[in-house]
Amino acid sequence: MRKRTVYLDHNATTPLHPEVKKTLIKSMKAFGNPSSLHKFGREARALVEKAREEIASFIGAQHEEIIFVGSGSEANNSVVNILYCPAWKGCVGQGGLAKKRRIITTKIEHPCVLESVACVEAAGIGVTYLEVDGYGKIKLEQFKEELGKGDVALVSVMMANNEIGTIQDIKGICEITHQHGALFHTDAVQAVGKLPVDVAELGVDYLSFSAHKIYGPKGIGCLYIRKGAPFCPFIRGGHQERGRRAGTENTLGIIGFAKAIQMRRLEMQAETRRLLSLKKRLRDGIVKNIADVSFNGHPEDSLAGTLNVSFAAAEGEAILLYLDMEGIAVSTGSACASGSLEPSHVLLAAGTPQEKAHGSIRISMGRDTTKDDMDYVIGRLTGVIRKVRGISSVQGDAKYE
Amino acid sequence: MSGGVDSSVAAALLLKKGYDVVGVTMCFNLPDHHRGEPRCCGASAITDARRVSALLGIRHYVLNFSREMENEVIADFIREYRGGRTPNPCVRCNEFIKFGALLKKAMALEADYLATGHYARIIKNGSYHLLKARDKKKDQSYFLYRFNQERLRRIIFPLGGYTKDAVKKLAKRMKLGVAEKKESQEICFIPRNYRIFLKERIRPSLFRPGRILDDKGNVIGTHQGIALYTIGQREGLGISCGCPVYVSDIDAADNIIRVSNRRGLYRRRFIVKDLVFPSGAPKHKRRLGVRVRYLTPEVSADLEPFKDKARVLLGEPVFAITPGQSAVFYDKERVVGGGVIEEVLD
Repeated sequence: MRKRTVYLDHNATTPLHPEVKKTLIKSMKAFGNPSSLHKFGREARALVEKAREEIASFIGAQHEEIIFVGSGSEANNSVVNILYCPAWKGCVGQGGLAKKRRIITTKIEHPCVLESVACVEAAGIGVTYLEVDGYGKIKLEQFKEELGKGDVALVSVMMANNEIGTIQDIKGICEITHQHGALFHTDAVQAVGKLPVDVAELGVDYLSFSAHKIYGPKGIGCLYIRKGAPFCPFIRGGHQERGRRAGTENTLGIIGFAKAIQMRRLEMQAETRRLLSLKKRLRDGIVKNIADVSFNGHPEDSLAGTLNVSFAAAEGEAILLYLDMEGIAVSTGSACASGSLEPSHVLLAAGTPQEKAHGSIRISMGRDTTKDDMDYVIGRLTGVIRKVRGISSVQGDAKYE
Repeated sequence: MSGGVDSSVAAALLLKKGYDVVGVTMCFNLPDHHRGEPRCCGASAITDARRVSALLGIRHYVLNFSREMENEVIADFIREYRGGRTPNPCVRCNEFIKFGALLKKAMALEADYLATGHYARIIKNGSYHLLKARDKKKDQSYFLYRFNQERLRRIIFPLGGYTKDAVKKLAKRMKLGVAEKKESQEICFIPRNYRIFLKERIRPSLFRPGRILDDKGNVIGTHQGIALYTIGQREGLGISCGCPVYVSDIDAADNIIRVSNRRGLYRRRFIVKDLVFPSGAPKHKRRLGVRVRYLTPEVSADLEPFKDKARVLLGEPVFAITPGQSAVFYDKERVVGGGVIEEVLD
C-alpha cells in the first residue's frame, strides 16, 4: 500500500469543517465591536447573538445561560475559580453553603481541571479526588460516602474522557450531587457534538465545551451556567457576557463555533454510527495481527471515535515516532505542551500497570477518517510494533558498552 | 536539542550539509522547584526546541529518559557524596544517558549518527580520535572522554570547529532567535545547590555529625555529615581560627573531615580508576597533559598504568585534587583517555 497521511488525533484537535471555513471567510468583513452602538457594532452584535442562540439551543440551554470564553480550559478554570474567589462567600452565603469548603473531582480529569483544583487546594479549600474502576468509571459508593460528609460545595466530573473515551453517567452523578446540596460541573469538551447533550435533561449547573474539537476554530470555548447558579468572573473588567467574562468578543470564533454546531446537528448521528464501525474494524484488525494487546476504557460507554490501546513490551513514544514516519498521527500519554512523558494519569488511575501504560497510544478518528485509513493503519502498526518490540531487546544489547 | 544556541546551530549546520536531521529533546521529568525548572530539559526548553525545529523545518521528538537519569546519574551522585567523594554527574550523563541510552535509541530508530552541540571534535585517522574544541575556552572534551571506538564512530559534534562567538553569530544570521538565551552551566537536576538537594534525598539520620581536625590532629570543629563537604571548600565550616582553612581530606570510613591552610591542598600524586582510553591504553609510563577538573589549566603529568588503574605524578602541585572528579589526559589536542580520581596521595 502506498504511503499516505492519516490524521488520527481528533481528540487533540480537528480540522475545520469546510462549511465552517466558508462561513468564516464570508464573515471576515464583520469587524465591528459588538459592544459599539453604531451600525458596525450592531452588525457584529447580531452575528454574535444569532450564534449564541444556535449554540445554546444545541445543548438545551437559554441564550443567557452561556458565556463565550477563550477555550475549554478557560471554561473549566472559571468554574473552579468560583471557590477561590472572595466573592464566593457572598454568592454561596446566600444559598446557605458558606461552610462548605470542599470540592470533589476525579483522578482522570483533564489537567486544566486538576491543576486549577490543586491551586484552590493550596489556598485552603479541601479537595477529594475520586477513584475510577478499570474502565474509568467513577466509583459511586466512594462518591456518596464523600458527599455524605456534608461539606462539599462543588463536584466536577468530566463527561467523556479525552484519553480513553469513557463516558460517565452524568445525569445520575448530578442527581446524587444535588441530593447533597452541592453544585455540579461537567467538562464536556469531548462530549458536546459527539453525543447528545442536553443540560436540562442532565440537570447540571455548569458545563464546559469548545469549538475546535468539533471542526470549529481554535480559541473559542463556551461555558454553560445554569440560571441562578453562583458565578464570579474569572476575567474581569468589562460588561461583556453580562459581566461574566470581560474582553471584546471573539466574533469570528463565535460565528465559526455556531456553524460547527449547526453542522453537528446534521452530521453527528450518522457519523457516530460510522465511527463505531471504523473503530470495530481497527480493533479487530489489531487483535488479529498483533499479539499481546489490550484496550483501555469502557467497552460500550465510550466515545465512538476513540480507541486507546496498550501494546505489551513496547514504548508508546517509540510507537508514535515510527507511526509519524509512516504519516500516521496518533498520540500517547496526555500529550500536553510540556512534553512530559509520564505514563498517562488516566490509565494509572484506571489501574493499568505502569509498564502497560507506557506502551499505550490513543487513536481518535473523525469525520474524514475512512475504512482505507483503518486498513493502512492496521498494516503499518503491525510492522511498527514488531520493530518497537525489537528495540526493547536492543536496550539490553551490550553493543555500545 | 535544548532550544539553546548550541544545539540549535548544530542542527542547522547539519541540515546545511545535507543530513536528514531529526531533533530530539530528552525529558527527565525532573521536579519543578517553584518554576525554577532546569534549563536543559524543562517544559520551556522543550517548547524552545520545538520552536527551533519548526523554524528549521525538521521533525522533533521528546524522549523520556527519567528512569535512566535516576538510576544511572542521580543515584550515583548521591552514593558518591555519601562516600565522601565529589562526583561529576555530567561525565556520567554523557556516558550513560546522552551517548548511552539516547545513542542506543537513536540507532534503534534507524539513525546513522547522533549529533549534539558539544564543543569537541572527532576525527578519523586510522581509528577515531576525540580532540579538544577549537574554542579552548568552551572545550568540553573533559566531559566526553569515556567513549570507545564504536561510539565515536556514531557521534558528530558540528560545533567542534567553531568558536562560541562564531556560533552566536551564526544563530543570529540564521534568525533562530536563540542567540541571547542564557547559558546553562549548573547541574540540571539540582535546582538551587547540591547540599539542599542531598538533604532532600538522603534520610536525615544518615547525616552523621563528626569531628573536623586540623593538620596537627586537633579537633577544631564539628561537621554535619561528610556528604555535605567537598575538597577545597572554605565556606560553611563553622570554624574561626584566624586564618582561612580549607577541606583537605574527607575520611568516610572514620567520619572525619580534615582541614588545612591553602598550601596544604597542593598535591602532586594521585591514583585513577575506571580508566577509558578511546584509541588504546598506554602500556608504559607516559608523559601527558592532564586536567583534574573542568576548565582548570592543563598540567604535565607522568601516567603510569598498573593493573586496571594508573598512578599519576604531576609536574607541579595542583590545588584541591578531588576524589570522584575525572582526570583527563591529553596529548596536545588529542584526548588520550581518562578515569576517576580514586585517591590523592601527596
